[in-house]
Amino acid sequence: MSLFTILISTIFVNNFVLSRFLGICPFLGVSNKTETATGMGIAVTFVVTLSSIITYIIQKSVLDKLGLEYLQTIVFILVIAALVQFVEMVMKKTSPTLYSALGVYLPLITTNCIVLGVAILNIQEGYNLIQTIFNAFGASVGFSLALVLMAGIREKFELIDIPEALEGFPIALITAGLMSIAFLGFNGLV
Amino acid sequence: MNGIIYPIIVLGGLGLLFGVVLSLASKVFSVEVDPKVEEIRKSLPGANCGACGFPGCDGLAAAIAAGKAPVNGCNVGGKPVAEKVADIMGVNAVDTVRYVAAVLCQGDCSKAKEKYVYNGIKDCRAQNILAGGSKSCSYGCLGCGTCKDACEFNAISIVGGIAIIDKEKCVSCKACIDACPKGIIELVPYEQEVIVKCKSNDSGKMVRSKCSTGCIGCQMCVKNCPQDAFIFENNLAKINYEKCINCGICAEKCPTKAIWSSLGKDKAANQ
Repeated sequence: MSLFTILISTIFVNNFVLSRFLGICPFLGVSNKTETATGMGIAVTFVVTLSSIITYIIQKSVLDKLGLEYLQTIVFILVIAALVQFVEMVMKKTSPTLYSALGVYLPLITTNCIVLGVAILNIQEGYNLIQTIFNAFGASVGFSLALVLMAGIREKFELIDIPEALEGFPIALITAGLMSIAFLGFNGLV
Repeated sequence: MNGIIYPIIVLGGLGLLFGVVLSLASKVFSVEVDPKVEEIRKSLPGANCGACGFPGCDGLAAAIAAGKAPVNGCNVGGKPVAEKVADIMGVNAVDTVRYVAAVLCQGDCSKAKEKYVYNGIKDCRAQNILAGGSKSCSYGCLGCGTCKDACEFNAISIVGGIAIIDKEKCVSCKACIDACPKGIIELVPYEQEVIVKCKSNDSGKMVRSKCSTGCIGCQMCVKNCPQDAFIFENNLAKINYEKCINCGICAEKCPTKAIWSSLGKDKAANQ
């Protein structure tokens, strides 16, 4: 599979949020404002790409060599947790605005299924290091795309008259469902 | 044996590696936080009740350090905390009056009549929807304990069908005031010894038919007050706490004992 195919596939066709349903928590939680959604997207992109590289290296050079594949989950979680801590420190120092805007969602990346999901899928699909990087980058760009699109739509909600019973999360969930159906249109592209 | 040693070495090694990296990173990327914020945060109660209007104690500490909130911003901690915070900030604490919440109703089961027997959900808000509650007086405490549930500090108890607030435990977070559907919980100064514990705007005759300890609007308190501290409107007497000197004359004169007093002999009579 060519690198370009991997990229297109993960961003549009197999979008992690809208067709694999991973990372739904931040998708609904941080999609109120485009600004925070973009920030979250960047944070996730950084963490997912970096953690995929590190988990890939650890998997190939340590776990596979010693026959410890069964430790995959716990080791990956350890890597992701440490990495998120690291990103949090860097962000607190370099961009306090983004840090306070992301708030509780940054530590939540630790327990976000998309990060672990991408890391494990990379291994399962049998990608090499370059493919892993493209797959992880594509996955998180796809996540960011879905998040920013959702945030854009939800910002418009403020201006329109929604029936009282549907205000807030109900309409967000319906929107997410419609977006998911729309992304099904990309099926067969790759 | 290798089956157990390798995993231990791998996991332990990774943990150690990440630990070292993170501790180095925390040094390199450490952000200088105003040491005052931390000190102020430590002297605050830490209940994160939000009564100050900031998101939790951390929010208030940051606001005080930045000069955006007064040193006595924490109602819950009251004077001791205000003094500590003022010390840290290097200013003098302004004397604050400590306020506590009080339920302005004394119509318990023995004093107030019931309209109907309420068998619904034990929640004042639910009962209030049903014709204003089962109490014949539409201003009275329903005694279902919604305020008690709202109180995070266990300061409220239900005695004889009405809520009583322990003023020693009350931190004036106003959670009960927001919870009460009748709006009969108000903040009164901690030092206050006499309080008109009735909110009824009904006429004297109506009050008498419903409750034996309501304010009937006779204005005996208004006439006898040496400080002219009473405000009388809508058939109800109210004390201006700034003028009141806690002499207790009003409580003695009140024919229905609607004026609650913790002074001397009245205390025994009330309990």
